Amino acid sequence: MNHEESPKEERGKKLDLNRNEMPKQPPVVRRRNFSEVALGYTADLALTEAKRCMQCKKPKCVTGCPVDIDIPGFISHVVKGDFAGGIKKIKETNCLPAVSGRVCPQEMQCESQCVLKNKKGEIAIGRIERFLADWEAANGIAEVPPRAKPSGKKVAVVGSGPAGITVAGDLILLGHEVTVFEALHKAGGVLTYGIPEFRLPKSVVAREVDYVKRLGVEVVTDFVVGKTRTVDELLETYDAIFVGTGAGLPWFMNIPGENLNGVYSANEYLTRMNLMHGYLFPGAATPVKKHTRVAVVGGGNVAMDSARTALRMGAEEVYIVYRRSHAELPARLEESENAEEEGVIFKVLTLPVAYEGDDRGWVRQMECLRMELGEPDASGRRAPIEVKGSNFRISVDAVVCAIGNSPNPLIPSTTSGLEVTKRGTLVADLETGKTTRDRIWAGGDIVTGAATVILAMGAGRKAAKSIHAFLS
Amino acid sequence: MNKVIERKMIVPNLHLLTLEAPEVARKIRPGQFVIVRPHDEGERIPLTAADWDAEKGTVSCVFMEVGASTGRLALLKAGDSVPTCVGPLGNATEIANYGTVLCVGGCYGIGSIYPVCRELKRAGNRVLTVLEARSSYLLYWLKEIAQASSQLFNVTRDGSLGAKGHAGKIIDIVKEQRKLPDRVIVNGCTFLMARVSEATRSLGIPTFVNLNPIMIDGTGMCGVCRVTVAGRTRFACVDGPEFNGHDIDWKEFLARRKAYMEEEVLLTRRSAPAEPVHREGKCHS
Repeated sequence: MNHEESPKEERGKKLDLNRNEMPKQPPVVRRRNFSEVALGYTADLALTEAKRCMQCKKPKCVTGCPVDIDIPGFISHVVKGDFAGGIKKIKETNCLPAVSGRVCPQEMQCESQCVLKNKKGEIAIGRIERFLADWEAANGIAEVPPRAKPSGKKVAVVGSGPAGITVAGDLILLGHEVTVFEALHKAGGVLTYGIPEFRLPKSVVAREVDYVKRLGVEVVTDFVVGKTRTVDELLETYDAIFVGTGAGLPWFMNIPGENLNGVYSANEYLTRMNLMHGYLFPGAATPVKKHTRVAVVGGGNVAMDSARTALRMGAEEVYIVYRRSHAELPARLEESENAEEEGVIFKVLTLPVAYEGDDRGWVRQMECLRMELGEPDASGRRAPIEVKGSNFRISVDAVVCAIGNSPNPLIPSTTSGLEVTKRGTLVADLETGKTTRDRIWAGGDIVTGAATVILAMGAGRKAAKSIHAFLS
Repeated sequence: MNKVIERKMIVPNLHLLTLEAPEVARKIRPGQFVIVRPHDEGERIPLTAADWDAEKGTVSCVFMEVGASTGRLALLKAGDSVPTCVGPLGNATEIANYGTVLCVGGCYGIGSIYPVCRELKRAGNRVLTVLEARSSYLLYWLKEIAQASSQLFNVTRDGSLGAKGHAGKIIDIVKEQRKLPDRVIVNGCTFLMARVSEATRSLGIPTFVNLNPIMIDGTGMCGVCRVTVAGRTRFACVDGPEFNGHDIDWKEFLARRKAYMEEEVLLTRRSAPAEPVHREGKCHS
């Protein structure tokens, strides 16, 4: 293919093309390895896809982006073959493009707004974004933008997940001194402990964390704010604090047998595998069990991640047990499709009611009820209703409970003056991230409850603006 | 990174590890724990604090060498460093003037009960301390603990020091008191904590135990340390590690603690240290 052709001619021609698929590892291969599933666009594919973009005068895609990326702007650079210009454009508003290009639900955000959506298929914005970020990484060190004159002000960021990293990256460029505190031994938050290697390689996360470090951000791991030092103590040294501690407290269903061995929270299961490198056991020291029949309870992205991890760990059968139907699965379509292709068995309209174990305290089967769908509930989805007397059993030797998380209460419970909602989230202004206490901001899952990486980044960006205004 | 100030075997299979951790040393209280990782691909190991020095910025723990990860800790020398020592984690033992408190320590719990005795005595309690071991040569810190207590009792299985017996003998000591203690606190192996709790239930003495389940993050994130207390699921790392011993589902707790025994064996074999670290050549617990 000839890259020299004028974009205009090309565009007219390429409009007839459908969206370019991204190469993936074939399901039979990938279901047994931890390498990344999606292989990313080649330069040719990125170019062909970029050329389909209509360059709308009033781009609707941007309105769907929580961090207002100039989407037609970066795509126009790609069309010209100027990849360096493209990634620079993205980084004006998004400091984690390799991450968001992989895990953002673009189909519900930017891509859902694309004018081509109902014609030949929306532009694969996320895939182009990912291509640019990976291209930059493959072609030497990312350019470090100039820093503003030192302000002499110090900011502490609690939590090194997507919200915290964004705040840190923004504020350091504005001239403030920034320290990020992380409770675990590795930075990245959910990107490190939660999302599996095959969906978001840890080398990608490390690269993004390194980038903010190169900007001058200090990252302190193994430091539990609220325990090692309280927020009040930090306020003695820092001018402002951003709390981005996420939603890390796992929910259980409180049904009989839930504390049997072999019943995990998704957090435990994924943390063992990702943060502690359990998938390398016994190469890494944190032990993992070999399971044959694994049931994952829940229908979100975390459930898909857990189920696909279980397959890769060698389980013979892996089930998604979900109380509503396929149509209501909260996971990204791409993720549930990937899971299905790899051989995960979906047991929908099924509700676990109890777990039964053997005499050594290990789970052996789960008792479930069949469900049917009724009228839409508060979430707008049709409510699952139990079918009385429909009890049946599934034989399992492991269960992963992936039904959600609430915010960790550590910071609210050790800091006075921070108002908390009934759901345990921090009360904060959604536009500025300001909490109910002076000099403290918050954003991400700790404010919204469990949501997406990009929303956390958006919240971080807004908070950084507000913190900067306060410090100036 | 935390520097190793000292690591020595104090009695067969039990080691004292002192790490430089100024931030932790400033904050830690009796009953709280730290999480230590022996090396970069190492497990996160929760260890209850046995002592600390806020001025020198050091924290000490007593640990038992049971598997691959504690085996790695046992190879540390002064001047080495570990990649992680994070804390203080968990809630501290509630220190108040209860009147008479009977503290029981066994195994590594002899180390962790020491600061509990010290602080309780400082708070004005009459502190009766019972140390339990299989034999006299497995007891340690007798002088320090005697000083931190009003009265010290030793119980050994072979009778080589103090009264001869096991957990049952401890109950005898409780019952022999002119007035029953107002509170009992037990640090040690699951068996010891469960047995003492069972016995004090009928005597109506509030009894608190410091649980030592499997943990990963230690901050409430993973839930592997969950334990049923009074019919409710609690996380030992953030709701504990101290709980009312009368309310714990001990059978479940024991099963959960043993969850990775088979995998531990696999690891121990693969990572068997080149030099022998067991002075006596076998496990004494």
